Amino acid sequence: MTTPTLETPFVTPLDPIAIAISDVEGLPEWTPAPADDGQTKTKELVIVNWSGELDRVWPVLILSSTAAASGVRCRVFVTFWGLLPFVKDHKRIVGENWMQRMLTLMQRPGIDHLKLSKMNFLGMGPWMMGTLRKRYGVASPRELLEAATAMGVEFIPCQMTMDMFGLKREDLIDEMGEPAGAATAIEIMTEADASLFI
Amino acid sequence: MTLLITQQVDARGLSCPMPIVKTAQAMKSISSGSLLEVLATDPGSVKDFEAWSRTTGNELVERSVEGAVYRFVLRRK
Repeated sequence: MTTPTLETPFVTPLDPIAIAISDVEGLPEWTPAPADDGQTKTKELVIVNWSGELDRVWPVLILSSTAAASGVRCRVFVTFWGLLPFVKDHKRIVGENWMQRMLTLMQRPGIDHLKLSKMNFLGMGPWMMGTLRKRYGVASPRELLEAATAMGVEFIPCQMTMDMFGLKREDLIDEMGEPAGAATAIEIMTEADASLFI
Repeated sequence: MTLLITQQVDARGLSCPMPIVKTAQAMKSISSGSLLEVLATDPGSVKDFEAWSRTTGNELVERSVEGAVYRFVLRRK
C-alpha cells in the first residue's frame, strides 16, 4: 500500500502537540478505502436517546448527523426523558393532568432548554457551556438537529412514553417519525451494524 | 499538477462534526468524479476526513496545511 506524499509537512506551527507527534512518528499516514465491489450493503446505526440532558443529547445529535453525512442510515429511538427535547419550541407546559404538566413545568421541554447531568448549578453550567460552544465554533443542539433531519436521520418517538407524559404527536416537532414501541426498537437494533443506548 | 476544483467548502472556525456535515451536503451538489475543496481549522478534521473518505468511498485526493488552515481535496465517488 502506498502512502500519498504531502506537498507540505502535515503539521501546523500553531500546534505544538502535532509537531511533537510528527517529530516522533514522522508524517501521519492514512489508509485509503478498500475498492468498492458494488456488493456492499448500506451500513446502519441505531441510537436510543433516553436522556433529556445536554451532555447526552448533544453526542446523540453529533453521532447521528455524522452518520447520515457518512452515508450510514441512522435511526434514533427517542424514549423517556429523551422525548422532551423534541417537543415543539412554543410548547411550554404539556400533558393532560397535573402530574404530567408538573413534569414539563420542572423540566422545560425543547431543544434549546437542555440541562447538564452534572454541574447544572441552576442554569449556570449550561450557560457556560453555551458560551464555550460559541467561542470554539461548536454547533448547538438545534443546529445539529436541523442538519440531522435535513440529511435523513429518522427520529422515532416511543409511544408508551408519549402516553405516560401526556404528549400528543402534534406536541412533537414535525420531523419526528411515526411513534413505535420496544419491539420496533429491538428489531432495528438487532438488524443494525451498531446500536447505542445513550 | 493543478486540480480543477468544482466547489469549495469553507469550514474554517467550525468544530466537529460541522466540517464533515457541510462537506457531505456540498458533495451532493457536485457530479461523480468532480473535486471538492475543503478548508478547515479543526485539527481533528485531519483524522476525520480520512475516516470519512473510507466510510463513504469518496477519494481523499490531496491534503495539506498552511499556517493553521487544513486543506482537503476530495473526489466524489
